[in-house]
Amino acid sequence: MHETPILRVENLCKQYGTGCQECQDKERNSVEKNYCKSCGTVFAVRDISLDLYRGEILGIVGESGSGKSTMMQCLYFDTDITSGAAYINRPGKENENVFELSSQQKRMIRNHDYGMVYQNPVHGLKMNFSSIGNIAEKLIAAGNRNVSDMEATGKRLLTNVHIPLHRMKEEPEKFSGGMQQRVQIAKALSNNPPILFLDEVTTGLDLSVQANVLDLIKKIQRELQISMIVVSHDLAVIRMLADRTIVMLNGEIIEEGLTDQVLEDPQHAYTQQLVYSLL
Amino acid sequence: MKANTHFAFFDEGSKKEIRRATLKAVAIPGYQVPFASREMPIARGWGTGGLQLTLSLIGQTDVLKVIDQGSDESVNAVSIKKLVQDTTGVQLTECTEEADIIQSRHRIPECSLTKEQILVLQVPIPEPLRAIEEREYMTKRMHAEDDYSGAWLMLFEQIMKFGKTATTADHPVSVHDRYVMAPSPIPRFDNPKMDHSEALILLGAGREKKIYAVPPYTSVKSLAFEDYPFTVESFEGAHCHLCGAVDVFLDELIDHEKGATIYQCNDSAYCIEQLNKQEKVEVESTYA
Ligand SMILES: Nc1ncnc2c1ncn2[C@@H]1O[C@H](COP(=O)(O)OP(=O)(O)OP(=O)(O)O)[C@@H](O)[C@H]1O
Ligand SMILES: [Mg+2]
Ligand SMILES: [Zn+2]
Repeated sequence: MHETPILRVENLCKQYGTGCQECQDKERNSVEKNYCKSCGTVFAVRDISLDLYRGEILGIVGESGSGKSTMMQCLYFDTDITSGAAYINRPGKENENVFELSSQQKRMIRNHDYGMVYQNPVHGLKMNFSSIGNIAEKLIAAGNRNVSDMEATGKRLLTNVHIPLHRMKEEPEKFSGGMQQRVQIAKALSNNPPILFLDEVTTGLDLSVQANVLDLIKKIQRELQISMIVVSHDLAVIRMLADRTIVMLNGEIIEEGLTDQVLEDPQHAYTQQLVYSLL
Repeated sequence: MKANTHFAFFDEGSKKEIRRATLKAVAIPGYQVPFASREMPIARGWGTGGLQLTLSLIGQTDVLKVIDQGSDESVNAVSIKKLVQDTTGVQLTECTEEADIIQSRHRIPECSLTKEQILVLQVPIPEPLRAIEEREYMTKRMHAEDDYSGAWLMLFEQIMKFGKTATTADHPVSVHDRYVMAPSPIPRFDNPKMDHSEALILLGAGREKKIYAVPPYTSVKSLAFEDYPFTVESFEGAHCHLCGAVDVFLDELIDHEKGATIYQCNDSAYCIEQLNKQEKVEVESTYA
């Protein structure tokens, strides 16, 4: 018997630009990497299909510009897609392509079913609002109208991510990068979302702080059984976190499998190069 | 310069345009309708939004009252009255009950208005979400999608920082359970007067070019969390030192002779009316 994935993505495409006759015709070969030399269209995400199962961490690895962030932004409805479908296994939503829902319904999914941690905390936090307020924002958006209740949830989450409670009323702009990332994680977790997206959460943090954040993510997976898509161009991060891994290049999936398998015995020439250069 | 000869300053076309926006505003309670705000002989930010509404509404037989923070005699109220009267010849009044149209800045009169009356409020910032989102196209979208998390977040932040919602004026309201609206900088004390008001309430922002409305008998709820109920300014134990009124919005004054704090009705017309009534009762009882 097959388990139903909690998130199923089918043939997701995202391009910047309208395309031209040259790049629509596969024979003509006007596309170099992800870019049409003739019209300048960027094919950032090309025909991506993937499944995410309950409680698993799916790693996405790939070089800069391979389309990882674009894919995450599409999934989180931050940007419109060009084509494709995604289905989430949540009561009443099983058979609906979530990309075709109204923006109000998409917002419901973002507030109830998804959490997102951006590479740059500026995108995920209101830097000049209190940290507890940032967490409450997501709870308010999901319909909570009880201050004590939200305050209690916020305090519990901040404690979990090791932000001292005497600093909870401070604005993230006064925090270090690592602390900002931890506030973002607390915020993303506030509604117990079954699905969490993490885009390069440790990039730019110094090593001890990185280890700290990675431990936290592991702990969340263990204790809360949340499914996560973790994007990184750092193989060490992927090795530590991901159960399964997808390798992206020029907007496409070129290899996927169990993380150990992909890293120990890469099949695609690009992955081999990637893995061996790291050894 | 050619003298302006139009009744109520504007040509008929301009009035029609403003009325059209007003009708739309009445049809969609709490929704901000854009309109082509005109240049006025008073500076924007001095009640031009309210003034344009008043001029588009007023007829020859109407009686007008203009107040500024509860006072009929402030320079601003006087110059607005003068402009309307010079271009219409309408009758002016300070008595709230006598007025057909009441244009006001930052207050709703104490005596309850009737369905025969229209209250026109002057608005500096019509967008209740502006403080959390600067971009107009984003706030428009938030209203369209009924996304008011931002308005609630502002109140949550105030509670975190001050232990209570700290809005001194312009506390956001939900109109007809749909649009969140800035009630204009009236004190919280006046918010409940908007709820199911018998009088039509029109709000005009000249600089921001917006008109919006609360039609008669429409639900207007001040935003408040379950465990932090909405409260109005409390003047417990205080009364107006002139007329003795208690359930009204009071200004705090210092009695320089006694060095003590005393209170006085902010709505000066209301205060005078109370005094007149008392005098009448006194006179009647002396004759009895
Ligand atoms: N708004 C945009 N307009 C045009 N092209 C864009 C836009 N955003 C991204 N791209 C292009 O899409 C491609 C994918 O970018 P994306 O940011 O998704 O890559 P990434 O894998 O996240 O890279 P990195 O590791 O550097 O974060 C790149 O070629 C990028 O230049
Ligand atoms: Mg990226
Ligand atoms: Zn092309």
